[in-house]
Amino acid sequence: MVTIAEPRRDQILAWLEDVKDPEVPVLSIRELGVLRDIEIGADEVVVVLTPTYSGCPAMHAMEDEVVRSLRQRGIERVRVRTVYSPAWTTDWMSDEAKAKLEAYGIAPPGRVEQDDLVPLRRRAPVTCPYCKSVNTIMRSEFGSTACKAIHFCYACHQPFEQFKAI
Amino acid sequence: MNAGNRERGTGNGEPGGYPPQAGGGNGATADSWVPGARPGGATSGVVENSTFEYLLRLADDRLVLGHRLSEWCGHAPILEEDIALANIALDLIGQASALLKLAGEIEGKGRTDDALAYFRDAIEFRNAQLVELPNGDFAATIVRQFLFDAWDVLLLERLTAATNESVAGISAKALKEARYHLRHSAEWVRMLGDGTAESHARAQRALDELWPYTHELFLVDATDREAVAAGIGVDTETLRLAWRETVDRVLREATLTRPKDGFAPRGGRTGRHTEHLGRMLADMQSLARAHPGATW
Repeated sequence: MVTIAEPRRDQILAWLEDVKDPEVPVLSIRELGVLRDIEIGADEVVVVLTPTYSGCPAMHAMEDEVVRSLRQRGIERVRVRTVYSPAWTTDWMSDEAKAKLEAYGIAPPGRVEQDDLVPLRRRAPVTCPYCKSVNTIMRSEFGSTACKAIHFCYACHQPFEQFKAI
Repeated sequence: MNAGNRERGTGNGEPGGYPPQAGGGNGATADSWVPGARPGGATSGVVENSTFEYLLRLADDRLVLGHRLSEWCGHAPILEEDIALANIALDLIGQASALLKLAGEIEGKGRTDDALAYFRDAIEFRNAQLVELPNGDFAATIVRQFLFDAWDVLLLERLTAATNESVAGISAKALKEARYHLRHSAEWVRMLGDGTAESHARAQRALDELWPYTHELFLVDATDREAVAAGIGVDTETLRLAWRETVDRVLREATLTRPKDGFAPRGGRTGRHTEHLGRMLADMQSLARAHPGATW
């Protein structure tokens, strides 16, 4: 048993920077907005996460990685608590995180808009993360993961993904 | 499923497996979960807890529709749509998982989301009949999805104000998803209805066949009223006008005709289902029942 007097909050948060979204391995769970808080109790650490999408399978991987990562540092008792409120939004993503996404080849999310029935492909085109052209088109609002849409760039003839604003 | 208000890695950090091993002592859930038992079936009979019952209604619509949509995986007319339907299925099943987890906690008999999803029989399901009907062709799947999504957005908007924090939180998350589901299904209704003669005819036929089953979405009984009084439910009758506005607007753009009201089957909310649900569940539950405790 390890008592958790020593590794302080900042240290634990720094360790958790190593936990990435397996589908978007350039972003930590903090940058993604999934990590909401940590609670340091007398004999355990509770890591508070919020899901990106209700059915995102990567959430399980991130939870397991949180536990594994802290246990590796000697914190034996780690628990993940899931909260739903406030609901996760890409508006929490910093400009720095968005730049990382773009450098990785995923167009970052714009600001969240609320007009249910207007199809996304009738909205402003997304900038191609490779050649920066705006001569692009959305091919599908649904992509390889729940969080991404599929676009195509007419300038460099490259399909690319966009992290959807939600 | 394993989503919902999950807690992982407690104590010695074994992730909560499903079902918990008999005698494994993996917490309260494991102790009260009996492998092979039919929870709520012959033993417990009628469910008396209206909050639990109401949460099953919310969850089962999502679980059953999510499974129906997942049946398209690998069969949709185009790749993008195959991916879209699978994505929407995943959202709905994730929402169902969270709601079933909560229902199990409120019931207090140690049933997990997986126990409720895989070890209840058709008569114990509380979904509206609309969502259990076979997929039909692509037009029928899309029209059904649109009719449901338009209702679901309105329902979830109201549920975000629930006094129960968990219900409100799950609903706020689900609402974001329901909004893009509606955007997607409404756009396809427009494309099919205002498309070729063939796509128009198929969309109209689907609408005519499915319309009677929409009435059940707006029925309110004692369970619903108790849930409303308890601050976790919505009087869906009050959603009908707004739903018709959305539906009429999209149908007009799609050059489709709203069918006349008449035949209005009901019973799903109290466990009376069409013959189709049992067959669907036989498929959906077969793995969990044939190999209790299987993990991969």
